[in-house]
Amino acid sequence: MAAKLPKPDELAAGIDFRPPKTGWMDTPVELKEGMFCWGAKEKNLKAVSFPNARDWSPKEKDWKLPENWQRIVLEGMADRLQKYRSFKLFMDICVRCGACADKCHFFIGSGDPKNMPVLRAELMRSIYRREFTKAGRIMGSIAGARELTLDVLKEWWYYFYQCTECRRCSVFCPYGIDTAEITMMGRELTNLLGLNIDWIAGPVANCYMKGNHLGLEPHTITSSVEFFLDDIETLTGIRIKPTFNRKGAEILFVTPSGDLFADPGTYTAMGYLMLFHELGLDYTWSTYASEGGNFGFFTSNEMAKRLNSKIYAEAKRLGVKWIIGGECGHMWRVLTQYMDTWNGPADFLEVPKSPITGTVFDNSKSTKMVHIAEFTADIIKHGKLKLDPARNDHLVVTYHDSCNTSRGMGLLEEPRHIIKSVCNNFHEMPDNTIREYTFCCGSGTGLNASENTELRMKGGYPRANAVKYVRDKHGVNMLANICAIDRATLTASMDYWVPGVKVTGVHELVGNALVMKGEKERTTDMRAEPLPGKEGNE
Amino acid sequence: MGQLDFQGKQIEVDDDGYIINLGDWTPELAQFLADQDSLKLLEAHWEVINFLREYYQKYQIAPMIKILVKEIGKVMGPEKGNTKYLYELYPGGPAKQACRYAGLPKPTGCV
Repeated sequence: MAAKLPKPDELAAGIDFRPPKTGWMDTPVELKEGMFCWGAKEKNLKAVSFPNARDWSPKEKDWKLPENWQRIVLEGMADRLQKYRSFKLFMDICVRCGACADKCHFFIGSGDPKNMPVLRAELMRSIYRREFTKAGRIMGSIAGARELTLDVLKEWWYYFYQCTECRRCSVFCPYGIDTAEITMMGRELTNLLGLNIDWIAGPVANCYMKGNHLGLEPHTITSSVEFFLDDIETLTGIRIKPTFNRKGAEILFVTPSGDLFADPGTYTAMGYLMLFHELGLDYTWSTYASEGGNFGFFTSNEMAKRLNSKIYAEAKRLGVKWIIGGECGHMWRVLTQYMDTWNGPADFLEVPKSPITGTVFDNSKSTKMVHIAEFTADIIKHGKLKLDPARNDHLVVTYHDSCNTSRGMGLLEEPRHIIKSVCNNFHEMPDNTIREYTFCCGSGTGLNASENTELRMKGGYPRANAVKYVRDKHGVNMLANICAIDRATLTASMDYWVPGVKVTGVHELVGNALVMKGEKERTTDMRAEPLPGKEGNE
Repeated sequence: MGQLDFQGKQIEVDDDGYIINLGDWTPELAQFLADQDSLKLLEAHWEVINFLREYYQKYQIAPMIKILVKEIGKVMGPEKGNTKYLYELYPGGPAKQACRYAGLPKPTGCV
């Protein structure tokens, strides 16, 4: 069972920024329960033929490693140094200026110096120097080099699974070193020894076998959507009839499976359904390409590519013209920066063109996939929707930029344009905590398990602190975002740090404000909460 | 990972106490797991457990809370079709605690 979570004031008071007296190389790692996730189970590693599949526990001394584990790691490192020019570069060029040090949410929330991005990277650079540079080989620790011991490996594991690859530190790095890529390499290397975590390995196995992280089977997906349709009918009097796996549809719609099965993402999914219905969009859901997210991205490049391949495969099979993707974070880092070269070129698709406004999405010329926030913002800008923002008047909204959609693809204005069009009360959090400076939810990259809740609350502290600021100043009670992990994890961190603030996807707000043709008078919002002025009607 | 000694048999459970082999489940095992939390399973508890197991049989996943709420409301009456009632039955949360007694695996992903 997981460690007991300290109370919020205890946790905040316990953050100690004084470093230990010993130097970092001489400070042994101590794996603290509540700060790490359970080890990947044998069955989940086996399902995708990952190496060293066995049941293991990080709490045990023996991690059941193969005898030649050092050689496996060093060969893996050599291989990646050759394959990825960026990795080699990032190992070489850091001057340890420290600009990144206090930018990491995990450092701010924990005070642990090994959570400074510079030092987290140094955990790996020290091995790189020892094994791959002459100075390090000869001069050892004087040149910042050290040997790869079992303690070092455990330290890697502990800290590379305490980084959410959010890339906030990279924004401040004068060299532009992408610490996320260092963590990605750290995770690839630990993965070679079967040292993944089960919260990642489980969804990866599910996604490989059933098409999505949750392991939803086709009839589970359709029954879940039917459930939403019942609720929409109760709310609006309109019965929507979406299609699944329909050949010849113009557009394929792919969203994270969390939207189909976890609150409050389910309300976002209802928002998609209502919007597409109102537009009369010729689109289809797929029960095969039923996952927008990609937890494979948190294990290895190869696995991410494998799991991603079904999106284009399904688009081709169904003969659609282009693809819309739902509200998700890391999904969009994968789609905009990797999919085209992994599994493209998708030359069987057309450059996305909105059938409603005629807008051509030139920015998606290569991937043929458009973020739903871009799609909807364009529709609203062209005045194609009837909206009643007063239906969101019970909400005072702020917007959390997801790390990957903001820093990974520059999607900053579109979600704000939508929110301001469908809500009357909107307030931004402080400038240094939004847009490209946004703070991570604290639980991305597959760290949204329950056994590591203390880590999640520490990492979620800076974001929560900014939300608390606007709650106290403007009475904010709703935190909007465009990411499925955010919807799940910010709910927990708001309950912990900023009680009273709820979490929503942007398309839930759209669903509330959307005036649909032939709808009955609404008395509640999508969560069945009474609308302002309609409190007595239920 | 761990093991439970139950009726002279070793039952494998994961780090969170969920049984690994769903075939190991029996009603007696459910009560045995509840005993460890000093909880006596009454008919109302069994309504939830039975629904969870039936749903899992059909869909291979634990239901969303709101599906559970709707179903319990149907079976037990509308005044009980709410999360508050379910939390009274299962203070550890209907998703976590009731699923563990029902022998269902823990859901993972963006949840």
